[in-house]
Amino acid sequence: MTPELYNFILKTADDCFILGHRNSEWTGFGPFMEEDIAFASMAQDKIGHAWLLYKMLDENPTAAETLAFKRAEKDFKCCHFVEQPIGEYDFSLMRHFLFDHADQLRYEMLMNSSFEPLAHFAKKFKGELKYHTMHADTFILQLGNGNEESKARMQSALNFCLPLALGIFEAYEGEQEIIAQNIFAGEKVLQAKWLEKISPIIKDAGLQMPDMASLQAVNGGRHGFHSDYLQPLLKEMREVVDAFPDAKEW
Amino acid sequence: MQSFDPRVNRIKPIEEKTEMNIGEAWEPYEVFHQKKRGDHHIHVGSVHAPNAAQALLFAKEQYGRRQNCVNMWVVKTADVTQFQYDDADIFETAIDKEYREAYGFKVRDKINAYKKANP
Repeated sequence: MTPELYNFILKTADDCFILGHRNSEWTGFGPFMEEDIAFASMAQDKIGHAWLLYKMLDENPTAAETLAFKRAEKDFKCCHFVEQPIGEYDFSLMRHFLFDHADQLRYEMLMNSSFEPLAHFAKKFKGELKYHTMHADTFILQLGNGNEESKARMQSALNFCLPLALGIFEAYEGEQEIIAQNIFAGEKVLQAKWLEKISPIIKDAGLQMPDMASLQAVNGGRHGFHSDYLQPLLKEMREVVDAFPDAKEW
Repeated sequence: MQSFDPRVNRIKPIEEKTEMNIGEAWEPYEVFHQKKRGDHHIHVGSVHAPNAAQALLFAKEQYGRRQNCVNMWVVKTADVTQFQYDDADIFETAIDKEYREAYGFKVRDKINAYKKANP
């Protein structure tokens, strides 16, 4: 596998893995039972996607575990958006909405990838991702058009999330080669599709899209520079693994 | 007592209490599940939701994950018209009409005998 392809798959997997872990933090604390189950199940889907992608990077049977639990923070390539703490439910829902639309579109584009294993997974993930965005859209529309408080909360969550969300589309090392080899059409193409997809939903939810040109993307993640939130997350996630570093079996 | 779950320790106690009355803005929906195309939708349970679209989402999580599923219906419980249990006597008959009951058909015995002989 070429280094640029490795890098491309790794950052895609890291986003899913870290967001999956973050969203799983709601398990048992969701706003009500049915939603608790839904959100936990979608978090599990994300970790499943990451697991399959990690396994693609290395044929060693424990590769996914090694990449997930034994890697230094600087070797992660996730964006800052997914690292943010879950905050309140308005933030978590808005992140779920913005990220999952990008994720769904990314895999839609990957269905035509020249790298066959990615095209294969893209088709496999299709149903789950469709459900994730269906879930997100339903909530955004419901709360955006809800009462004064829910509208205000969703609007401020949107304003807070957008610069972070733009970090999803940060250029990474080897992107030009990835585009040239027809593996993926590129982050800028994805960003344009994403904006086109989310804008009408945000409008229908009665929310205002800020002037995108005035926003400064929160970048760095794709080059290993992370927010202060990633290291504590990794430490907490690895508590058991670190307690038994020589364990042979889990 | 300190919890071992880091998530628990992150939760700050809520000072203000929100009053919510039973049924306020939320309604029960009955869930029907279809195993494969052409099959009947079968009632599998109920969910609470603020509207039908969300009821469908919740139904999918509660009832769509443990078995094959191609389609689901949700119906507001309030929209289901039903008899009263007090009127259950309307289903009784004055004289024996077993011949009308599906399990009264002679063929049922034959089927059962066949099933028993060919497990």
